[in-house]
Amino acid sequence: MSLKSTIGKGYNKALSKGLFGRKIGMTQIFGLEGQRIPVTVLEVGPCPVVRVKSAAGNDGYNAIVLGYPGIKKVKNINEPEAGVFKKAGLEPMAHLREMRVSADDVAAVEVGLVLTAEAFQVGQKVDVIGTTKGRGFTGVIKRHNYHMPKASHGTHEVFRHGGSLGTRTTPGRVWPNKKMAGHYGTDRVTVQNLGVVQVDVAKNMVVVRGSVPGPNGSLVWIQEAVKGTKPQ
Amino acid sequence: MRQHLLDYVQNAHIRFDLPAFKTGDTVKVHGRIIEGEKERVQIYEGVVIRRSGSGTDASFTVRKISNGVGVERVFPVHSPRILKIDIVSSGKVRRARIYYLRALQGRAAKLRRIEDNG
Repeated sequence: MSLKSTIGKGYNKALSKGLFGRKIGMTQIFGLEGQRIPVTVLEVGPCPVVRVKSAAGNDGYNAIVLGYPGIKKVKNINEPEAGVFKKAGLEPMAHLREMRVSADDVAAVEVGLVLTAEAFQVGQKVDVIGTTKGRGFTGVIKRHNYHMPKASHGTHEVFRHGGSLGTRTTPGRVWPNKKMAGHYGTDRVTVQNLGVVQVDVAKNMVVVRGSVPGPNGSLVWIQEAVKGTKPQ
Repeated sequence: MRQHLLDYVQNAHIRFDLPAFKTGDTVKVHGRIIEGEKERVQIYEGVVIRRSGSGTDASFTVRKISNGVGVERVFPVHSPRILKIDIVSSGKVRRARIYYLRALQGRAAKLRRIEDNG
């Protein structure tokens, strides 16, 4: 990749912080008092700036577009998309995401600047967006936490059913949004206010307290917490 | 790469100063107990009946008979609350998890020491 060698320098502290990453997996570490802390290890960035949009220009608002490499065949990149990367002088990447930033940030950032895990500090709170594990077509017990029907007292041929769908002639129909079996999983989920436990810029690694949606190896987006960014 | 990062995070918390003990060993676990301001050391002595898990998740269970009642305590191997572990003796065992000890009492519950007869 023909990235400008800007890793670790030129990073503007004022920049709103968000980066692509991958979920590596969960483990546990020990805290200062010997307590066990459940943590998720994330590989975060490096993410090159692919495009800068400014309120002064044609775009009419301030934003930067970050890229993240992934598996995408060159033949599957369409012309408009290829044009974006060509203009930036970067290899095409599978993932792009736009992030609103302040006017100061737009002035400080240029296309090709590589943002890394140094965006995050230990003790900070972050939000992590991921896609939950796909569970396929799922019954109501797993999908909506229904209870199982009782197994004895005359029950027969009913094991994981949801019970009645409603009443009788009034209203004579099933209410909208009645919880039933169906597809479950692969939802976009944001987990808010995860504490940052460890940051290693050289290894592009951020360790957060708690769990993150999705299987190991899946794409995540990690950003400064929308609520409560105060360090602990 | 994936496992590599996980190992990297775990290795910072793994203790290499503890002796290599195994199932059947009688050990003294010196645990740091924090009571309010004060900190003291409590020694828990018994037979290791299992070791389980790997990395920072690793734990072991120590069984002893306290006032005629069987007591089992599970310790995380790499916990900073463990000051040190002394191996008192090594028992001769043929399996990794000696749960059968729970059903035995008195002399039958004693393991043959490895030093005694090899």
